[in-house]
Amino acid sequence: MSGHNPIYRVYRFYADGFRSMTLGRTLWGLILLKLFIMFAVLRLFFFPDILGQFKTEEAKSDHVLEQLTDIQP
Amino acid sequence: MEVNDFMSVVDWSRAQFAMTAIYHWLFVPLTLGLGFIIAFMETIYYKTGDEFWKRTTKFWMRLFGINFAIGVATGIILEFEFGTNWSNYSHFVGDIFGAPLAIEGIMAFFMESTFIAIMFFGWNKVSKGFHLAATWLTAIGANLSALWILVANAWMQYPAGTAFSVETARNEMTSFWDVLLSPVAIDKFLHTTTSGYVLASVFVVGVSAWFLLRRRDRRMARCSMVIASVFGLVSAVFLAFTGDSSGVDIARTQPMKLAAMEAHYDGEHGAPLVAFGILRPEAGRTNNDDAFYWKIQIPKLLSVMSFHDADAFVPGINDLLDGNPEQGILSTREKIDRGRVAIGELAVYRDAKQRGDTAAMQAVIGKFDASTAEGRTFLDEYYRYFGYGYLSSPGQTVPDVPLVFYSFRVMVGAGIYFIALFAVLLVLLYRRTIEHRRWLLWVTLWSIPLAYIASQAGWIVAEVGRQPWVVQNLLPTVAAVSRIDAGSVMVTFFIFVALFTTLLIAEVMIMTRQIRIGPDKPEKK
Repeated sequence: MSGHNPIYRVYRFYADGFRSMTLGRTLWGLILLKLFIMFAVLRLFFFPDILGQFKTEEAKSDHVLEQLTDIQP
Repeated sequence: MEVNDFMSVVDWSRAQFAMTAIYHWLFVPLTLGLGFIIAFMETIYYKTGDEFWKRTTKFWMRLFGINFAIGVATGIILEFEFGTNWSNYSHFVGDIFGAPLAIEGIMAFFMESTFIAIMFFGWNKVSKGFHLAATWLTAIGANLSALWILVANAWMQYPAGTAFSVETARNEMTSFWDVLLSPVAIDKFLHTTTSGYVLASVFVVGVSAWFLLRRRDRRMARCSMVIASVFGLVSAVFLAFTGDSSGVDIARTQPMKLAAMEAHYDGEHGAPLVAFGILRPEAGRTNNDDAFYWKIQIPKLLSVMSFHDADAFVPGINDLLDGNPEQGILSTREKIDRGRVAIGELAVYRDAKQRGDTAAMQAVIGKFDASTAEGRTFLDEYYRYFGYGYLSSPGQTVPDVPLVFYSFRVMVGAGIYFIALFAVLLVLLYRRTIEHRRWLLWVTLWSIPLAYIASQAGWIVAEVGRQPWVVQNLLPTVAAVSRIDAGSVMVTFFIFVALFTTLLIAEVMIMTRQIRIGPDKPEKK
């Protein structure tokens, strides 16, 4: 691909940048590990979207309405 | 279902959210302020072409990168918690929270990720001017990201620009500009971001002091100290002004928070400010006279701070609980009764919907309609106290007074100390005698943890001070929480403690190693 192609130049910019990282490699490792724990473990197994089980906005609203009017002080 | 059934879920969910937010806020403020300090340094490099400034910029940029990489995405966990632990709240706040967070996500992704890449990868690959622009845009982008988060938080403290829809059981935005430009949002943004500038400045002068103590890279340390001290001094003075206007906001919109901040039990005209005092245990605190073992007061200052009027009436905790007809303050018991009327109407709507009784549904919708006289009356007299209806006793509206009182004094005391520290450092830097004052260099170094403590204390004042409200007067924590198992929240609490503590240890270790390595050495010609 031509070195004058802007997309290729952007690609080279990032590729060279990542390749020449030193401390950055450790930091990227940490970022990826953190994101894996957050999304593949915590989000998946511990943080279900409670309102996500309702198919429609109306069903969500009905559920919350039920919750808000169900509490007896 | 009884309120007490939820208490352990509420407590664990609150603890988890508080812990996550505290850790998240350990990383954010340094990013907010250090971005600008780096931009100032690179601007000097751009203007002078002196390679020393390039090396100095790159050194601090490396520390910025470490903090950014370890802190990035820690805030996403808060959004997980909204969806799981606080689902009623997530729905209730509707697009008020959704819109700012969506803007923040898009802005953060495109601005920060694009320009940070240029900042780190772009040396010698893009022009000096373009690189400088990327550095400035990274700093501005980080602060704009904070803007949207703080706008959402400010709305919770002062819900402006919205209307409650009975049909969707959520608040809907009626004016984007009222949400964005509410006085509470403006003050919160300015006060919070500026506190980040002060923290970053303390960080830079503290690390620079370490170099001077080690007699290493002295020019870099002195020059960094000058920039950070000027930036820190200007920011700290501005912080005091935004703190003052925040105080006026709180007096107007969250009087119980103000009363708790001051341990102010009995309202009075020309109220004094307790500069410092030692509180008695809760059972012994019933009025202004018996609240403290001892205290130092400044006459009339609380009235001045709250209303910019030395003789203004500042309501106390007792006025807010028992009511004060002379000052037009309703008792909390009356607010609870009115809140229950509003919740009752919502229950009428729910039952009518289940029966398919359209006429009854429309009647309730009409009561919540701000475009009619009947609706405005109902909203003003009943719905504005909606959240009180979930409370079982007036005492539940009083936050933890000692925690808020002492945190406020830590925050303010540290702020005053930082103004003095930056001023003294600047004088000694000007006289070129800073390196002879080794005790001051040690004090400066050990001021770094104080900046973090003060920053966290500020959030404690803001967030503990508004308890029990998630949304001021409209939604207490007990109604906002999801009906989930407290055990699972407890488990994830400890997982987060482990995860965040590991991240924090990693940050400190990598950061201190890079500080010891120091800036790049000048290239030999």
